[in-house]
Amino acid sequence: MALRSLIHKSVPHQAGAPVVEFSHVSVRYNGEPALDDVSFTIPRGERTAIVGPNGAGKSTLLKVIAGILPTSSGDVRVYGYGAGGHICIGYVPQRTQVDWSFPVTVADVVMMGRVARLGLFRYAGHKDRQLVRDSLGQVGMLHLADRQIGELSGGQQQRVFIARAMAQEAELLLMDEPLTGLDVPSQEAIFAILDDLRTRGMTVLVSTHDLHLASDRFDRMMLLRRQLLGFGNGAEVLTPANLNRAYGAQMTILPSVGGSLVFGDTCCEGHDDVEEHHHA
Amino acid sequence: MLDWLLGPLQYEFMVRGLLAASLVGAVCGLLGTYVVLRGMAFFGDALAHAILPGVAVAYLIGGGAQGPLFWGGLVAGIGTAMGIGAITRGGQIKEDTAIGVIFAGMLALGVALISTARNFTVDLTHFLFGNVLGVSSADLRLTAVFSGLVLLLVLAFYKEFLVISFDPVLAATLRLPAQFLRYLLLVMIAVVIVVALQTVGISLMVAMLITPATAASLLTRRLPVMMLISSVIGAFSGIAGLYLSYYVNVASGPAVVLVASALFLVAFLFAPGRGVIWSLVLPRRRFAAAEAQGTNESRSS
Repeated sequence: MALRSLIHKSVPHQAGAPVVEFSHVSVRYNGEPALDDVSFTIPRGERTAIVGPNGAGKSTLLKVIAGILPTSSGDVRVYGYGAGGHICIGYVPQRTQVDWSFPVTVADVVMMGRVARLGLFRYAGHKDRQLVRDSLGQVGMLHLADRQIGELSGGQQQRVFIARAMAQEAELLLMDEPLTGLDVPSQEAIFAILDDLRTRGMTVLVSTHDLHLASDRFDRMMLLRRQLLGFGNGAEVLTPANLNRAYGAQMTILPSVGGSLVFGDTCCEGHDDVEEHHHA
Repeated sequence: MLDWLLGPLQYEFMVRGLLAASLVGAVCGLLGTYVVLRGMAFFGDALAHAILPGVAVAYLIGGGAQGPLFWGGLVAGIGTAMGIGAITRGGQIKEDTAIGVIFAGMLALGVALISTARNFTVDLTHFLFGNVLGVSSADLRLTAVFSGLVLLLVLAFYKEFLVISFDPVLAATLRLPAQFLRYLLLVMIAVVIVVALQTVGISLMVAMLITPATAASLLTRRLPVMMLISSVIGAFSGIAGLYLSYYVNVASGPAVVLVASALFLVAFLFAPGRGVIWSLVLPRRRFAAAEAQGTNESRSS
């Protein structure tokens, strides 16, 4: 068992299959439902935002797509095959999930993306180091390659993890709350990189609390509260009825000039945020 | 000075002891970096105590001979490492609780077994606090072989151990055999503990695993450098501890640990940029740096 599990053969991609396809997927955590009968399809190169209240299952959804969390029922396909076999899925964890004091440099972190491609008992060669440098260059972090990762700002840390996914040669990028706590210039720097990735066919899923960014800066958004409440562009998804189902008492919707005004009074990690969305 | 250094070397048991202590110190320091970075100090301490029943059974069967003790300890150590790994895997019991239960139970079993023998106290003291001057040539060979094996494994699986320690989610998305690697690391820690048994003994084992590595973590921010510094501190502690023991006439195991602790204290106080003294001397600079970082970009979340 041990030896066989050491040698991983990457799963192929089915031509023409959607990048991600969920049919009737449910996930239970210790008996509690985390995702309930979720179905959707995401085509190649599209940028999707996942929104919903705390505990809506956003992180669960990303982990199921990454193939690191089992489903209770339903079928998950990535490029036409089960999610668990792919090594082309890049995952950018929430910043609170990372030990920033770990003794690794920026370049070390990006090189970790090469580990699966290298395989056992092989060390990084010239090609791998070049790929790491290229990836860091693309996110504008090459000049900080030798810094310890804890010395970076929040936005820079996110960019390093995107570079790691590039070095991994990922074709599907999953990002858990990458925009939370970043100022506008840092967010814009990340969007500039995502625009660049789109031109190269990278499919991107981002979970966020920011409804405004989700409807403005993404091709489609997914409104989640264990069930999939809406999937489409901002105007289609952010209807008062949907928002009420998603956020309930956490959100107040007032009619206003030219649309409705939405106030959310709960947000991530104890911050009180107010989201505003004009619904035509 | 030269005479002072060469003096103990006229005794063969001192030469063997110095070789064993430096090997053990180096390999404990090396593997200790993972113990520290993965927050496994309590696990290491428990595992050290849990090998006592295996050592005790070998001791009773072998009539006090050294050879079987090693293998008895190895079986108990690997068994316990796998057992703790399996119990905590399901998530029904918290890891530190599971470790505590096994730790105390195995220690009690070991002491109970040894207490049935005649030379109970002397031998138990050797197990608990080490007896590096009693190392035979055969022991030294075993120590060298297993230290070499652990070093080879660390080199062979360096990048995989790095990924499972730094980012388990990445390990999962890269489809690394994380479970296998985790058990391998636990077994390697068990091997190192058994190898170090004669040098520092069960009670002080955890110090050899974590003290050099913690000191090294204060001196560098690169893992390979940390491993090297930690190994050097471990080996130096082994040698200096034995000299201390020879000239001041204190027990060798505690002497080795005291040297390592002293080196940690030096690093804690004087580490460039991070030591306590540094922050007293340059409070302004530190404050300014923190200020700049805070305003640079929001790191508050």
